Amino acid sequence: MADRAADVRVRDFKEVDLGMTVDEAIAEAERCLQCKKPLCVAGCPVCIDIPGFIAEVAEGNFRKAAAIVKEQNMLPAICGRVCPQETQCEGVCILGKKETAIRIGALERFVADWEQQNGLVSPEKAEPTGKRVAVVGSGPAGITAAAELARAGHAVTIFESLHEAGGVLTYGIPAFRLPKEIVKTEIDQVLEMGVGLKKNYLVGRSLSAADLLKYDAVFLATGAGLPSFMGIPGENLPGVYSANEFLTRVNLMHADRFPVFDTPVKHGARVAVVGGGNVAMDAARVARRLGAKVTLIYRRREEDMPARLAEVHHAKEEGIEFATCTNPTRIIGDQFVTGIECVKMTMCKLDASGRPSPQEEKGSEFTLDVDMVIIAIGTSPNPLLVSLIPGLERTRKGNVVVDENGKTSIPHVYAGGDIATGAATVIEAMGTAKKAAAAINRMLREE
Amino acid sequence: MYTVNTASEIAERIYEFWIRAPQVARNARAGQFLILRIDEQGERIPLTISAVNGDAVRVVFMAVGKTTQHLATLKAGDALADVVGPLGKPSEIENFGTACVVGGGAGIACLPIIARELKEAGNHVIGIIGARNAGLLILEDEMREICDELFITTDDGSKGFHGYAADVLKRELDHRTIDRVWIIGPAIMMKVTSAATVPYGVKTFVSLNPIMVDGTGMCGSCRVTVGGETKFACVDGPEFDAHQVDFVELMQRQRIYTDQEKAAVERFAEHTCRCGEGGHHHG
Repeated sequence: MADRAADVRVRDFKEVDLGMTVDEAIAEAERCLQCKKPLCVAGCPVCIDIPGFIAEVAEGNFRKAAAIVKEQNMLPAICGRVCPQETQCEGVCILGKKETAIRIGALERFVADWEQQNGLVSPEKAEPTGKRVAVVGSGPAGITAAAELARAGHAVTIFESLHEAGGVLTYGIPAFRLPKEIVKTEIDQVLEMGVGLKKNYLVGRSLSAADLLKYDAVFLATGAGLPSFMGIPGENLPGVYSANEFLTRVNLMHADRFPVFDTPVKHGARVAVVGGGNVAMDAARVARRLGAKVTLIYRRREEDMPARLAEVHHAKEEGIEFATCTNPTRIIGDQFVTGIECVKMTMCKLDASGRPSPQEEKGSEFTLDVDMVIIAIGTSPNPLLVSLIPGLERTRKGNVVVDENGKTSIPHVYAGGDIATGAATVIEAMGTAKKAAAAINRMLREE
Repeated sequence: MYTVNTASEIAERIYEFWIRAPQVARNARAGQFLILRIDEQGERIPLTISAVNGDAVRVVFMAVGKTTQHLATLKAGDALADVVGPLGKPSEIENFGTACVVGGGAGIACLPIIARELKEAGNHVIGIIGARNAGLLILEDEMREICDELFITTDDGSKGFHGYAADVLKRELDHRTIDRVWIIGPAIMMKVTSAATVPYGVKTFVSLNPIMVDGTGMCGSCRVTVGGETKFACVDGPEFDAHQVDFVELMQRQRIYTDQEKAAVERFAEHTCRCGEGGHHHG
């Protein structure tokens, strides 16, 4: 288990964390207490049989271990890498109370990588049911639902608006955290189960809502792709990017390899990234790899950052400077960005989410000289598709209203992932997708 | 894959392509656009849908940058890696009475589909098409066939009215009622021409052409300020009320990648010279 050295890895986009060796994995698996009532399983949004697969790892039965994981999770190589395990399975591991929690994510990743290297085994499928299901969006929720529904014997077609499948796994999370061949292999395995993928289809435009609703069931998983801006002066100056745009240019369009690839991206010398989530860390570390000195501006304290602990740690190792308790008030520039004016923040009483509400300190304004700004303060549901489906009930924030099974206001239409819940994690999106797929399955069987 | 059915140069450096893209053609309306990517190394570029015929759509582009120059080397039968669309909101078409569509340069190509829908909705349709010179004028016959009246302008007077489309638009506004105006062309042309309709209080639409990446509202590269608010041209537009648009900001944002674009064009020219393969990359 080792990370590549910070001074080496900031020169490329290769994976930072090299993963466990066979010996390390077995030794780690042997530490597991094999609880009778395992807390870790309840901590996992898709309820993987964690003690079950770890017991097989301890015995060296990696293929069996992979099969156990894949019963609940078709994207284990991805989840093992990007889940915030410290707030999920590992956060509730009983060993974590006195010593170190079992490194469940690293073990999940190990078995998934082992299986990818030693030959994937496709899961079994039920007899064809003759039912057709449309899945809109090929991110983690769409892929998960498609896999579950294909397993149950339905004819599944995924519609994806971009030219590659994967959603945030492809355009959002950089290769140094999630290698793209890993994503492709896991998605391809789902497609090999007979799932159809129609790329370059923007549902609502390339396929009318009426045609979509002709399917026996529909699962909406269009995500929360609409970037939020701060609404401060100067935000439309050249040199100000949404994190979505910056990351899409690099991850999906390979702008880091311009001019071999045609899509350009600005390489700032001094870059400010605004935000404290995973997307902010990703954007900061990508900008660093494009040669910038990077300052991360976050309005709360470091301990309030929603980003994965490991990525905060990695970002710091890579020389990202943290300006916490700081908030931008204005972006300065004429033809191009030249600076960002900020104000210091004081933490006041805790809000409903348990985080302190920050307040501006009067007269604490200061200016950072930067030539590029990346806004990573969150995203909201892309209103385009859902607004084109008549009768689909939405919340004020634009999320699709669903019941506990993901059912929307239209009887045979379900939704899951960020479009239903707001921006959340990959694994939470997958959790809601699994539930909705199970409900769709029940509905189609009863018909 | 999306096949290029026909490819032809219709004026100096201006190309007309018919591309087979059924899901775009079946759903396209006036004012919408598509995004295409030539190959695996390619960038995504937006092009307005100029006409539809069966499973095919027509796009018209001027070969100015690396991607459009590369595109211009394609022949009938070649394929594009990706075409997605139709994107953007359709034009707001109804029976207004008299409607005028104004096009400049390659922007003229965006007019036929709008003019046709306006005509079908019962409008008296006036067309004004302008170019630098007679040789750069495109789709004249087609526009003459669709529009009730067609005026031609050239900057150098080599054909039609000697001057700008704005001059003819002003002249017509002076002696009759025009209820709606569409203006499509380079940003500077749209800025200047739409200023002409302000004194007459005529609602005027322009089709904005900012830099786009995905074209589906997920990145904000194409953001523009309209009436003091930030809008994403790809989903909120591309057509907006001309009198509310911040054209200065639009033109500033169009220049973000000028240096990179120049380098890409130079590299493409060198590459095509040496290997003669029309810019197809090899890694």
